Amino acid sequence: MAVRSVDQLELPKELLWNLTLRELRGKFKRSALGWLWSVINPLASIAIYSVVFGVFFEVATPRGEPSGLRVYGFFLVCGLLPWTFLANGLNGTTSSIVGNEGLVKKVYFPRWVLPAASTLSWLASYGVELLVLGVVLLAVGNMVLPWVPVVVALMVLETGFVLGLGLVLAAANAYFRDVQHFLAIFLNIWFYATPIIYPPEQIPEESTLLGVDLPTRDLLQMNPMAIFVDAYRDVLYDLRWPTATQWLAMAGVAVGALVVGGLVFRRLEPRLAEEM
Amino acid sequence: MAGTAVTVDGVSKRFRLVHERNSTLKATVLNGFRRTVAEDFWALQDVSLSVEEGTTYGLVGHNGSGKSTLLKCIARIYRPDRGRITSQGRMSALLELGAGFHPELSGRENVYLNGSILGMSRREVDRRFSDIVEFAGLEQFIDTPVKNYSSGMYVRLGFSVAITVEPDVLLVDEILAVGDEAFQQRCLEKFADLRRGGRTIVLVSHGLDSVRNLCDRAAWLDHGSLAKEGEAHDVVTAYLESVRDDRRSSAGDVASTEEAEGGWHVEAVTLVDGTGRPVEVVESGAELAVRVEVVAARDEDVALAVGLYRTDGVHVAGPVHHFRTGGPGPRLVEYRIPAVPLAAGSYDVSTRLLDDHLARTHAVRRRAARLDVRSDGTADIGGVVALHGQWKVTGG
Repeated sequence: MAVRSVDQLELPKELLWNLTLRELRGKFKRSALGWLWSVINPLASIAIYSVVFGVFFEVATPRGEPSGLRVYGFFLVCGLLPWTFLANGLNGTTSSIVGNEGLVKKVYFPRWVLPAASTLSWLASYGVELLVLGVVLLAVGNMVLPWVPVVVALMVLETGFVLGLGLVLAAANAYFRDVQHFLAIFLNIWFYATPIIYPPEQIPEESTLLGVDLPTRDLLQMNPMAIFVDAYRDVLYDLRWPTATQWLAMAGVAVGALVVGGLVFRRLEPRLAEEM
Repeated sequence: MAGTAVTVDGVSKRFRLVHERNSTLKATVLNGFRRTVAEDFWALQDVSLSVEEGTTYGLVGHNGSGKSTLLKCIARIYRPDRGRITSQGRMSALLELGAGFHPELSGRENVYLNGSILGMSRREVDRRFSDIVEFAGLEQFIDTPVKNYSSGMYVRLGFSVAITVEPDVLLVDEILAVGDEAFQQRCLEKFADLRRGGRTIVLVSHGLDSVRNLCDRAAWLDHGSLAKEGEAHDVVTAYLESVRDDRRSSAGDVASTEEAEGGWHVEAVTLVDGTGRPVEVVESGAELAVRVEVVAARDEDVALAVGLYRTDGVHVAGPVHHFRTGGPGPRLVEYRIPAVPLAAGSYDVSTRLLDDHLARTHAVRRRAARLDVRSDGTADIGGVVALHGQWKVTGG
């Protein structure tokens, strides 16, 4: 009910920037390899998944249309990087309020800056990863340069989606610490429900689970992350435009998440300091 | 120009008293989705006050009276459940120094980080950076990660940043006791600077002297309600009197304890004023006598020591008197002080009856009496003793 003076209404750009820097600096501060971890981690995942699913399980790798690229590792990584951004972003935002308890209890500033800074710091790592991927793709002859602005647009939309969900999770976690444990399980399920290690075509149209017939593929199509992964793959792997429907769906999901996240956060924000 | 810096209008703040907080989902489900199995606790009830621009305002009260809660409401960290708080201008709260410092980052990086948390732009921090570092006295260590700082260095840097925000309204919670003497002195000077510069300061403090000396006006909160609001001196005096009444009425008094060997006793200690009337409060500089009733076991050369302690444990004075008991039985020993040379504050009186060589204790009564010394706040500011000296100003 407090009336805010004008300076509180301004976007706290510097605060956001400084907190993001703090996250980034803190993340790799005491490691010998520092920033390299931001690239080594995804490389390790790529190696593991490539061996397990590309070599052992021999997942049928679709051929990039029109790029002609047909390498499981690239197919995988084009979906895996957006996924790790989501997973890291959600984990980071979830603990962003609770992890800054001392700050929240002792200083006033707009609280949404904390999940936002966490998201931005992961976006920065994601950007580095995509940059490396782009260079490698160029080296193998996938001309991704003209598609850079499209990738940036996709990143903006995904960031909105991550931040929207993150706002809800961050505030909810201050009230119930279960949120972060629950999130770990949920992300695991979500990962396999998203066509990252497999092409969507490998999912059967229908399947029977516990005696119930499910339109499996249609269900998976409703997974917002499936749409994002598809779109990233269209651009980076196939070198083609995502369809208008995809764009609409992603924009809808991003805006929807932000609106819901903003509303939930605004409702929970006033009591954050005393709920911890 | 003298507008209102902070207006608190009918503010109430409720907390849930946490007996059984469901901070896990499981507990919530098991408790039928009631979030709490707890009663409400009103930390603040219908508090209204206003702080004029350019004044220093004190909040006093016992622990749990709601003064810190009120400060946090003003700082917008808590949101009142009822009523409203309005404030004018940039506000900075010194609730915890160095809140938000990242241990792995250097002092320099943390100054910029903390500055922006407190609402400063990068340019402002740039401009004041050397002042901040110099004030904290950390020139040599500014590029060291703050995790390697001593706790003193940590709070000094935190204080420097917070104070450099140059807020229009500064909220301070019990942090005047930061760092070493020299740093405390500089903090007080900084506060004085701010006050001279027309800034508004709201101060929560247990140090009643500092409230009396620093503040223009004060509010006394009692169990979340406003008990008194007005001139700082009056409010502190009223508060002190109520604390004393509480103490008198609370059974057992302030745990006066006696230890004695066979037949020896320190029965009671009474404080009386110049007219012989028992008192518990004296003006600094007034006459006072300490009357000690002792019981002697036999005829012997003894020594009676009176120990005067400030309530924080500082031993202020220890007069001793040697005399001969002249036989078993009660004796009344009086120690007369023509002008109490103590600064305003609370003091405990202990007495000890010893043998003539001060080697063996016959009887001791600790915290036998409580003395509150008052001053009108014009002759002395702080300190332990009041020198009652003579001033003289001569022209050049």
